[in-house]
Amino acid sequence: MKAHLTRRYKFAAAHRLHCTELSDAQNRETYGKCNNPHGHGHNYVLEVTVAGPVDAATGMVCNLADLDGCVRREILDTFDHENLNSRQEFEKIVPTTENLAIVAFQILHRALNHAHLERVRIEETSMNSFEYAGGEEVLA
Amino acid sequence: MIYLTRKCEFSASHHYYNPALSAEENRRVFGKCSNLNGHGHNYTLEVTVKGDVDPQTGFVMDLKALKEILNREVVEVFDHRHLNKEIPEFANLIPTTENVAISIWNRLKDHLGAAKLHRVRVYESDDLFVDCYGEAA
Repeated sequence: MKAHLTRRYKFAAAHRLHCTELSDAQNRETYGKCNNPHGHGHNYVLEVTVAGPVDAATGMVCNLADLDGCVRREILDTFDHENLNSRQEFEKIVPTTENLAIVAFQILHRALNHAHLERVRIEETSMNSFEYAGGEEVLA
Repeated sequence: MIYLTRKCEFSASHHYYNPALSAEENRRVFGKCSNLNGHGHNYTLEVTVKGDVDPQTGFVMDLKALKEILNREVVEVFDHRHLNKEIPEFANLIPTTENVAISIWNRLKDHLGAAKLHRVRVYESDDLFVDCYGEAA
């Protein structure tokens, strides 16, 4: 039978929501205090869901040590205690948590050889979260 | 269609060990979970049932009945037990959270009356949970 396994990780990062194609006034109107020039930060919670058949020998969908190692190497070591705007992944896109979820999904989709990546969910605060499960969107 | 979720908790011990593998391989695959003396968790179980709302009662399913079924079929069976040693399906099946979720699915699916089992979610800790929808692999 198929099982879906979800693991939670935490990282802290800074960002500023600012679109270079908008005027300062439009940015202010669109993003409010998230547009403050010096940025701000969040304690992000990342949920990674993998899915597949349960291996008969191990009882596992995916070895947690492999999953933890991949997420640490590809996401946590990359984004923890960084300013997202200064990362090359966000050179051309605004580091909203929507885009962060898409970026994290794409990175993990390429890197995770141990199991099928089904979904990425990111909590920006305890009051909001964003999910991405793949799609046709292409980031610049 | 409405989805209703009920939560309950149980505590149990287990260990991960496949006798077909060497002790060294078990250690490599399962890490500290392979310690034969076992270890334990406070599990949280979320069971979601689905169905239409009964026009007379306004219920998808009587919550009290669901609570009693969860207690009888899962909590009273698993709580304060050693999963490998005391739960029959784990005599020859490693009680990973994946297999615990599948076991609970199989234990509940025929006991819910008119409501249909939608999802079994088992939290081993705050940072790890498994969902089972009864899908073929």
